[in-house]
Amino acid sequence: MNRRLLLLVTLLAALALVLAACGGGGEEGSAPTETAAETGGAAETAAPTPVPEQKEEAQQQTGQSLLETVKARGKLICGVNQALPGFGYLDQSGNFAGFDVDFCKAVAAAIFDDPNAVEYRPLTAQERFTALQTGEVDVLFRNTTWTLGRDTSVGLDFGVVTFYDGQGIMVRKADNITSMEDLNGAAICVQTGTTTELNLADQMRARGLDYEPVVFEDADSTFNAYEEGRCDAVTTDKSGLVSRRTVLQNPDDHVILDVTLSKEPLGPAVLQGDPIWHDVVMWVVFATIQGEEFGITSQNIDDFMNSEDPNIRRFLGLEGDLGTSLGLTNDFAYRVVKHVGNYGEIYDRNLGPDTPFNLPRGLNDLWTNGGLLYSPPFR
Amino acid sequence: MTTTTQTHTTPSLITSIWHWLRDNLLTPWYNALITIIVTPIVAFVLYRILAWIFFAAEWDVVKQNLRLFMVGPYPQEELWRSWVTLGIVVLLSGLSWGAWRGREWTAPISVVVLGILGALFLPITAASKINLLIMAAIFVGGQFLGAWKGEHLRKYVVWLWVLSFFIVLIILWDVRPSSTPPFFEANIPSGQVGGLTLTILLAVIGIVASFPIGVLLALGRRSSLPVVKTFSILYIEIIRGVPLVTVLWTASLLLPLFLPSDIRVDKFIRAVTGITLFSAAYLAENVRGGLQAIPKGQYEAAQALGLNYRQMMQYIILPQALRIVIPALVGQFIALFKDTTLVLIVGLLELLAIARSVISQPEFIGLQREVFVFIALIYWVFSYSMSYTSRRIEERLNVSRR
Repeated sequence: MNRRLLLLVTLLAALALVLAACGGGGEEGSAPTETAAETGGAAETAAPTPVPEQKEEAQQQTGQSLLETVKARGKLICGVNQALPGFGYLDQSGNFAGFDVDFCKAVAAAIFDDPNAVEYRPLTAQERFTALQTGEVDVLFRNTTWTLGRDTSVGLDFGVVTFYDGQGIMVRKADNITSMEDLNGAAICVQTGTTTELNLADQMRARGLDYEPVVFEDADSTFNAYEEGRCDAVTTDKSGLVSRRTVLQNPDDHVILDVTLSKEPLGPAVLQGDPIWHDVVMWVVFATIQGEEFGITSQNIDDFMNSEDPNIRRFLGLEGDLGTSLGLTNDFAYRVVKHVGNYGEIYDRNLGPDTPFNLPRGLNDLWTNGGLLYSPPFR
Repeated sequence: MTTTTQTHTTPSLITSIWHWLRDNLLTPWYNALITIIVTPIVAFVLYRILAWIFFAAEWDVVKQNLRLFMVGPYPQEELWRSWVTLGIVVLLSGLSWGAWRGREWTAPISVVVLGILGALFLPITAASKINLLIMAAIFVGGQFLGAWKGEHLRKYVVWLWVLSFFIVLIILWDVRPSSTPPFFEANIPSGQVGGLTLTILLAVIGIVASFPIGVLLALGRRSSLPVVKTFSILYIEIIRGVPLVTVLWTASLLLPLFLPSDIRVDKFIRAVTGITLFSAAYLAENVRGGLQAIPKGQYEAAQALGLNYRQMMQYIILPQALRIVIPALVGQFIALFKDTTLVLIVGLLELLAIARSVISQPEFIGLQREVFVFIALIYWVFSYSMSYTSRRIEERLNVSRR
């Protein structure tokens, strides 16, 4: 009872803060964090709603994991972005699709053997954490950057990083700019009100460089200005730069510099204080990564069913009790890969060479290929 | 430009056009100057806009996603439900038109023409084209039925509208009886009803439901009973003191905390309740303005006739007061229609949210201009029809003369 009251009070306080922000900044008060996403950039860097000392949730009062609630309900409620190219959007037939959405499907496949047992809940950047805290959604797959503040004071637990993003800079090839130092005195287009703007300022100051920020309210005008030549460079998240470059008139005239202004590891978030549910979400993501490492895809997975390799047999649930100890069935990894695919398949489907984004794997490649994806062993 | 081509054919027309030009655009001399300066600018802008619309714009994004704009992520196999809903609304519109306007031909002709044009040119499936023609036929049939029975039908038509509202909700959400409280359940989750359908539903329910509440609050605020009066004032001022976003935020995120955890109110109901309660407060103040405009003599005359409070309000005061505030009310309804874009906060995908989602589809990256122009047109059509209808109602009621 007390906890509920406390949550209520903190929420009201948070609401008051949001309102104050809206009132102070007029219309744009609520907009900038959201528009950061419109670039196609992944890392939304909204200021987290501070809800301190508030780590309890309904399931704790009843002493039950969210996993049981989800199983009883028969479907997963997944918080997603409904308007982020490549990561979450409605396709032409009205179904949710995208990189983040596929991971929702993976969790549903692991629990229910049905990737479509998901109710998608489109969330705004401001609303996402509150929705998690009030139990509106079970898990957040919504291009959320894992930061210490969110892990502690917002009261979240992050799963595995599904996408390593970072802020980058795009310039015209003809200008022969190859490093940050070449940008001394340059005009740089940037979207205002986002941490993108802040990161740029920090990085330039750290290097002792001068620059002229040309700021815009939204991503479209930022990139239009860059294309019209009003600035020498434009900055946002690298995934956003790549997708934006594809729609410039001559994409080949532009180059994305090999520098990273900030780290934006994106991953699923669940409410803190429910280790069972956290484990489920985490190991579902690991299953997609481990699947790719084994070379198991949704197409060839059934050929692996008579594999002799004990590692693969454990992974597919043919041996051992790994899945049951998670609270799932032993073949949960099989279900994930069979229905949704391994990490590489998910990546290629949404961001890979056959999409307009054609985003290189970069950091989002297996550790064996020089990337950062590394799954602990399934044993 | 057109004047020169017509010079040789109809000289009398030319003279009249010249007179019109001279009187309106060329005299006195400074008007001529302004005309000369402004004309090329307007022509250039117009040329650019038309060139873009017909040559540069890639309307594929709208064509491919037409269904998404109309019904949102509504399940494809259940689409007949939205057609039935449209059919009911069209039938009742036809009936009403017939009952009030008789065999007046402008509306049926335009409906049929629109239906045929739609069937010919809209990029939709053959089945949808046939459905569209059926809708036009239903309207014409409804009008004949309405005109045939005429005035006797009017009372029933009003009740049919009220009834249809519930029928539409039951059909769209596939509501079926259930054994557990509240003894009915929706088979189609609210999150799947979206697009223009949702926008219209939210606006219509918001407008219709907030009307009685608003009128009661307006009367309450002028009441001599202290409790009623205080409550009305508090309600109106508190709601008017916060933005709609806050009301929706409260409805979507705080309400679940007040309620026991096993009761989950559907998010559509939460959004509609929020919009209705918000709109009612503003409506109350508009209506109160109308009430204040009624001379005291009207109240006294009504009381002298021995009418009680309810009769006085119902027969004497409110009909006059509401007539006065029609422009303000319609203005508020138009605002409400556009305010429905805020329900994304509750996780509902109305027209604007769908538009933002469509421009995120990988095959249509970078086409936001086309999409936003398209939905702006939709919003304009609806807002303008509302304001047009209100003007017609004003004319019919002769508001300006009273």
